[in-house]
Amino acid sequence: MAEVTFFNALRAALDEEMERDPTVYIMGEDVGIYGGSYKVTKDLYKKYGDLRLLDTPICENSFTGMAVGSAMTGLRPIIEGMNMGFLLLAFNQIANNAGMLRYTSGGNFKIPMVIRGPGGVGKNLGAEHSQRLEAYFQAVPGIKIVSCSTPYNAKGLLKSAIRNDNPVLFFEHVLLYNLKENLPDEEYLLPLDKAEIVRSGKDVTILTYSRMRYHVLKAVETLTQKGYDPEIIDLISLKPLDLETISTSLRKTHRLVIVEEDMRCGGIGAEIIASINDHFFDELDAPIVRLASLDVPTPYNGTLENLTIVQPEDIIKAVEKLLGNKI
Amino acid sequence: MLQELTNLSITAQEGLMLYEDMVLGRTFEDKCAEMYYRGKMFGFVHLYNGQEAVATGVIRAMRRDHDYVCSTYRDHVHALSAGVPANEVMAELFGKATGCSKGRGGSMHIFSGKHNFLGGFAFVAEGIPVAAGAAFQSKYRREVMNDPNADHVTACFFGDGATNNGQFFETLNMASLWSLPIIFVVENNKWAIGMQHVRATSDISIYKKAAVFGMPGFEVDGMDVLAVRQVAEEAVRRARAGEGPTLMECMTYRFRGHSLADPDELRPKAEKDEWFGRDPIKILAAKLLELDMATEQELKSIDKKIQTLVEDSVKFAETSPEPSPDELYRFQFAEDE
Ligand SMILES: Cc1ncc(C[n+]2csc(CCOP(=O)(O)OP(=O)(O)O)c2C)c(N)n1
Ligand SMILES: [Mg+2]
Repeated sequence: MAEVTFFNALRAALDEEMERDPTVYIMGEDVGIYGGSYKVTKDLYKKYGDLRLLDTPICENSFTGMAVGSAMTGLRPIIEGMNMGFLLLAFNQIANNAGMLRYTSGGNFKIPMVIRGPGGVGKNLGAEHSQRLEAYFQAVPGIKIVSCSTPYNAKGLLKSAIRNDNPVLFFEHVLLYNLKENLPDEEYLLPLDKAEIVRSGKDVTILTYSRMRYHVLKAVETLTQKGYDPEIIDLISLKPLDLETISTSLRKTHRLVIVEEDMRCGGIGAEIIASINDHFFDELDAPIVRLASLDVPTPYNGTLENLTIVQPEDIIKAVEKLLGNKI
Repeated sequence: MLQELTNLSITAQEGLMLYEDMVLGRTFEDKCAEMYYRGKMFGFVHLYNGQEAVATGVIRAMRRDHDYVCSTYRDHVHALSAGVPANEVMAELFGKATGCSKGRGGSMHIFSGKHNFLGGFAFVAEGIPVAAGAAFQSKYRREVMNDPNADHVTACFFGDGATNNGQFFETLNMASLWSLPIIFVVENNKWAIGMQHVRATSDISIYKKAAVFGMPGFEVDGMDVLAVRQVAEEAVRRARAGEGPTLMECMTYRFRGHSLADPDELRPKAEKDEWFGRDPIKILAAKLLELDMATEQELKSIDKKIQTLVEDSVKFAETSPEPSPDELYRFQFAEDE
């Protein structure tokens, strides 16, 4: 066991997989000599050279298309989005070609690629640098969407994403890169499609992902002191949703609170509610509560910014209201 | 400048091969029009009539099943020249399970992994970076993985309209920057549906745009397969030798509307007539006869052979099964073979 920061856990995953498989390479803006805007690829170019750490010009759609073409012909590209928001410019290549080409080609080509990088609301970064693209992309067929939240799961999930033969969108969070955790010395992989039960409990299921996991944990500290016993599930896989883990929990708690950082309108939470409505409506003893970011561009001003995203107190209030004096 | 044909260095055998390839393209497309109007194929079908010298001139100067070819939505004939069997392309257009894309793709999404045919891209210009990715892969295998056999060349076809899209410029930049083994082949047929090339671009000479990326660019008579072939051969040589990309602007014309749904009312009759007078198949046939490389009889028998091959492809498509509804989801993920 050794204590590792989030960004170094990701870096170790990249390093190990590049060492293991010569077809794995990284491309993106400033991934090489500069070492990545959050230092995830720092100094890897010294070990692997400038073709395996390919510094690209600033042309997101075209370098993503290049990654697709190289994946179709047998390489395993990893794109680093300098900020995942910039990949709005690559929406065409991600949706049409990363996502749909295998199907459209009737199985002629595989697209083993990972698109990873920082997303989420940071601190005073303004609207454009505070975007959460996971909801925009969840409707694209053929892709998997993964969101990591701890150094441990970041490493194990990224390694699995690199080995997966499908296109994987892999979301990190700008505010989590400096978290530290003791990681096993031996190699480990984590499944891409399994949610993580962060805390078992029986009163209410709280579904969350990415940075909101920490807001939920904070709220749950208070809630447990007040005698509540919530179950916390980190979704990990945003597409496909791990409905099995979600339903198992619902069968126990019959109450659900969703805490997400993406926008309320058309968000991941909206999709979860619809899926539960389709499959497990009878399990619910109360309407699902959804706590999400407000439908407004993220403001620069810190006070206003905090108002747009869910805070731990909001979670406490929502759970208390939902459970009332049931306990 | 227009590449003038200086020394003609093809054998009779090559001449006949080129002729056959172009006749295949033409005959296949004529059959598509017939089948479309008979309700056998659907959706948007973009035919290639008139442009055959470009596909044949470039692709038949490449190594089949080794080099890569990347196309647009006007893709049937590029696929045929790359060696994708007519049966599989026709069956795809009929939406059948035996189609090269298993009935999932259709006219605008022709693919064949076996023939290194990368598609089939329905959005204008989106195939350009994908082709560059295949070319990057060849370079990567050669330089990172020390694979001496990775000397593939990628040919990337697109229209005049696509050259106004950012992906064209962005990809030319990267291809030149990294000296990728790729040939950018612009099929300048003067029109992008109803948008005339001269109304859409500030400098109409597309080949000149290569120079700003430090890349050689050539204007080629796209109705003369031998002219196209000559420039393509040099571009292939350069790419294979690791000397980098080339841009070819092939001046051509489509003999039909944009797609079979297009009434084709905008293009002036005089313009059409002028180009109809420059039918690339007739030009090659005349040249082969003039040079005593073929007899009328030989050319006729090729026409006949191709006619039969195309008829057979229709029979194959007609008698092929529909994809099973049970397999609606098949091929979405890599785990489905
Ligand atoms: C991104 C995108 N925008 C618009 C279209 C609609 N569209 C299809 S073909 C075409 C014209 C393209 O012209 P050109 O590149 O010259 O190729 P040509 O059809 O002449 O072969 C347009 C606008 C499209 N398919 N994709
Ligand atoms: Mg055109």
